[in-house]
Amino acid sequence: MNQSFLDYYNLQPLFMAIHSALCSIMPEGLAIFLEGLVVAVLILIMYAVLAIILIYMERKVCAKFQCRIGPNRVGGKGGLLQVPADVLKILTKEIIELKNSDHFLYALAPFLVIMASILTFSCLPWNKGGEILHMNIGIFFVLAASSIGVLGILLAGWSSNSKYTIIGAVRSGAMIISYELSIGLTVLTMVMMSGTMDIQQIVASQADGWNIFKGHIVAIAAFIIFLIAGNAEANRGPFDLAEAEQELTAGYHTEYSGMHFGFFYLAEYLNLFITSGIATTLFLGGWMPFHIAGLDGFNAVMDYIPGVIWFVGKTFFIVFLLMWIRWTFPRLRIDQVLTLEWKYLMPASLLILLLMTVCKVFGLVF
Amino acid sequence: MNIQEKIAQLVPGMTVAEQGEAVITVPADSFRKLAEALRYDKDEPMDYLRDIVGMDWGEDGLGALYYLESSKTYTRIILKTLTADRENAFLPSVSDLWKTAEIKEREAYDFFGIRFLNHPDMRRIFLREDWKGYPMRKDYDMSSNPLNMENEENADTTDEYYLNPDGTIADQKNIVFDEKDFVINIGPQHPSTHGVLRMRASLDGETICKIDPICGYIHRGVEKISESLTYPQTLAMTDRLDYLSAHQNRHALCMCIEKAAGIEISERAQYIRTIMDELQRIDSHLLFYSCVVMDMGGLTPFFYGFREREMILDIMEETTGGRLIQNYNMIGGVQADIQPDFQRKVKEFIKHMRSVIKDYHDIFTGNVIARTRMEGVGVLTKEQVISLGATGGTGRASGWSNDVRKHHPYGVYDKVDFKEILYTEGDCFARYMIRMDEIMESCNILEQLIDNIPEGEYRVKTKPIIKLPEGNFSASVESSRGEFCVMIESHGDKTPYRLHYRSTGLPLVHSMDTACRGNKIADLIAIGATLDYVVPDIDR
Repeated sequence: MNQSFLDYYNLQPLFMAIHSALCSIMPEGLAIFLEGLVVAVLILIMYAVLAIILIYMERKVCAKFQCRIGPNRVGGKGGLLQVPADVLKILTKEIIELKNSDHFLYALAPFLVIMASILTFSCLPWNKGGEILHMNIGIFFVLAASSIGVLGILLAGWSSNSKYTIIGAVRSGAMIISYELSIGLTVLTMVMMSGTMDIQQIVASQADGWNIFKGHIVAIAAFIIFLIAGNAEANRGPFDLAEAEQELTAGYHTEYSGMHFGFFYLAEYLNLFITSGIATTLFLGGWMPFHIAGLDGFNAVMDYIPGVIWFVGKTFFIVFLLMWIRWTFPRLRIDQVLTLEWKYLMPASLLILLLMTVCKVFGLVF
Repeated sequence: MNIQEKIAQLVPGMTVAEQGEAVITVPADSFRKLAEALRYDKDEPMDYLRDIVGMDWGEDGLGALYYLESSKTYTRIILKTLTADRENAFLPSVSDLWKTAEIKEREAYDFFGIRFLNHPDMRRIFLREDWKGYPMRKDYDMSSNPLNMENEENADTTDEYYLNPDGTIADQKNIVFDEKDFVINIGPQHPSTHGVLRMRASLDGETICKIDPICGYIHRGVEKISESLTYPQTLAMTDRLDYLSAHQNRHALCMCIEKAAGIEISERAQYIRTIMDELQRIDSHLLFYSCVVMDMGGLTPFFYGFREREMILDIMEETTGGRLIQNYNMIGGVQADIQPDFQRKVKEFIKHMRSVIKDYHDIFTGNVIARTRMEGVGVLTKEQVISLGATGGTGRASGWSNDVRKHHPYGVYDKVDFKEILYTEGDCFARYMIRMDEIMESCNILEQLIDNIPEGEYRVKTKPIIKLPEGNFSASVESSRGEFCVMIESHGDKTPYRLHYRSTGLPLVHSMDTACRGNKIADLIAIGATLDYVVPDIDR
C-alpha cells in the first residue's frame, strides 16, 4: 500500500521542527509554554469559526427542509455575514444578573459547559500528527471530559432559581447520564475492535478499511446507536427536551442572556461537531482516506487528498445526517426518551459488545 | 310528549315566552329539580349544556338563560331562571350535572355577581380578583375601576357557598393549590398556549396533578361594547373573536339578526357564505396541523401547513379584501360579489390540497415519535366531552356526533352530501386525525358547491337601522373548532339588550384539567394543541 502521501501530509515532523527551533533560542520550558499559548489561541479560534460555520449550515439546511431560503441579506448573496453579525450582536448584549439566583454558580455554569466542550474538541484527530491532546487513553478521556458538561447544565438550571430551568436541567441530567451508557458501550465495542484507546492508533488501525466496513453488521448497528445516543448527548432534536421551547420556553438556559447564553449556544453546536467527529474517528476512519484493498491506483489517488479534508468532510456528512434528523422528527417525551435508552438502546449495545467480542475472538471482523 | 308539556308537569309555575324563541321561565327554587329531571331523562336526556348566559333584567332581577340540547335527539330548549335579590343574588348551581357549568357559572358570577350555591369554585375567571363590581350589570359604574398598575396576586383558595338547613347561606373555603404543591406557571407569555392564556399547573415531578386556567388577559368586553352598538355595527367584533373562524362567526351573527328581523337572503349569498365557511375551516385546520406539529417540536411540517394556508388567504383576499379579518358577511348577504376567477382558484386549490396531503401524513402522521406522543394521550370519553360541552373536533374525536351542519343545517349544508367525521378513541391522535380528515371533507363540500353557485343578488337591501322585535334569538354554526352560537335578547331597540357569544374555546380550555391529569408536561402541550382553542374567542 502506498503510504507516501500519508506521510507527506504528516504534521508530526513539522511540529517537531518548530519545537526544536524554538528550543534552540530559548529554554525548553518557555518554548513549551509559548507553544501551549499558541495552540490554545488556535483552538479557540477554530472553535469559534467552526461554530459560525455550523450555525450557518444549520440555518441553510433547515431552510431547505422547510421550503425556505434562509439567511440571504447580510453579506451579499448567501447571507454569509449573517452569523458573524449575530455573534457581534450577542457580544454587545448585557449579561443580566438575577436577584435571587446563586450568583457564583450561575456565572460558573456556562464555563463548565464550554470547558467540557473544548476539552473534548481538543482530542479530535484532525490529521496524521494533527491531534492536540494525545494520550494513550484518548477516547476514555473524551468520555470523561464530555461528562463535565452535564454538570454545567444541572448547575445552570439549579442556580437560576426558576421552575422552568430546574425542570429542564433535571430532564437533561437524567437523559445525558442515561445515554452515556450507550455511548460508553458502543465506544467500548469499537475500542475492542481496534484494540487500543489511543485515538491516533484507532485511526491508524483503519488504514486498510474503515471500521464500519470491517466490522460489518455489528459495527453498523453500533454506529446507529452511537448516532442516536450522541444526538441525545448533544441535546439536539428529537432529544432537545432539556430546552423544549414549546414546554419550558428555553429549558435550563431560560434565564441566561448575552454571552453567557452564547456559551451554551456555542457548546451545543460544537458538541454536535464533536459527536460527529468522534463517530468519524471510531467508525469512518477519522482522517484516513477511503481505501479499497487491492485497488492500489485508486488508493494512491485517495491519498493525495489531505487527511484534514477527509476528517472535516466525513464529520460534516454526519453533522448533516444529524441535522436531517433534527429537522424531520418531532420531540420525544422524557419518559419515552428514558424508555428508549434503558429498554432498547442499552440492552442492544450490550448485545453488540458481546457480538463484537465473539466476532473478534473468531476472527469474523476483517 | 312535547318537552314543554313535560316541563309543565314537573314545574307547574313555568311560563313560556311568546315572542322570539321559546324561553321557558322557571322559578329559581324549582329550577334545580327540573334541571336534574331533564339531565337524567330516559328518552331525551338534555345532557349537553350549550351555554349559560348571565342576564340583568333590571327591576326583575338577575338570572341566567340555560341553553340545553339532547345528544340523542338534538332537541334544543332554553330555560330561564332568575332571582330578584340584586345585592345577594344566589342561584342553584348545576355544575354537578353538567361539568361545563363549572366554568360558565364562574363567568356569570364574574360579570353579573350571581353566586351559585354548591359550586365548588366561585372565583372570578376573566377579571382581576380585586375588581370592584360586576361590569355586565346595567347599573355598573364605569369609573369604579381605574387602571390598576399593581400586580395581581392569585389566591390559592376559593369560595363555595351553600345553603344551611335553616335557609341561611354559608361560605366555605376550598383549596385550589396546596402550599406543598409545586405549581408551575404556563403563560400568559408562552409559545404554546396559542395566545395569552395562562395555566397554573401543579406537578409531581413531570406529572401533572391539576391545571387551573386563568383567562382574561385579552378580554375586550365585546359583549358589553355590543350593547351600545347598532346591529350592523356589532358585526365588526365577530371576526376578532376566533380569528380562524372569522367567516363562520359572522355568519352566525348575520343569521341570527336576519332570522329575528325576518330578512330573506338570496340563494347566491347562501352559497357564497357556505363556501367561505368551508374555506375558513380548511384554513383553520391547516393552521391546526402546523401548530400541533410545532408544539411537538417538529419544526419542518409547520411550514407545509402555512404554504397551503397562504393559497386560501390569497383566494379570500381577492374577494373580501382581508386575509385574517375579512368582514365579509353582512346583514342580508355578503359585502361584495365573488371575484371572476374565484371558482377557478378554489378548484385549483382543492386539486393541489389533495396532492399534497400525502406529504403531511408522510412526515408527521406516520412518524413513530408522533404516534407514541399522541396515541392514548389525553383521553376524553364520550360522556366527558358531552358533559364538558367540548364541541367540534374534540367532541367528534370521542365519538360524540355533534356537527351543527348535520343536526341543525344552515346555509346550504342541507343540499350537500358530506360525512361527519367521527373517531371513538378520544385521544390526541383521534383529535388530530379528525382535523386532517375534515380538511378533505371540506374539499368535497367545496367541490359540490363551487360550480353550482346560482345567479342572483349577493345582498338584499336592508334598512340602515335595523330594529329587532322583542324576544330571544339565537343562531348557531359549526365553526372551525366547535359550535359557535350567537344569543341575542332584544327589547325592541336598534341595539341589543344583551348579546352573547357561545365561546367555542372556553369549554375546551376547561377540558384541559380533565384531559391532562396524570399526563406529563410535554403532553399538556400536545393536548392543548389538539384541543385547538383560540384565546381571543375565550376572552371575548
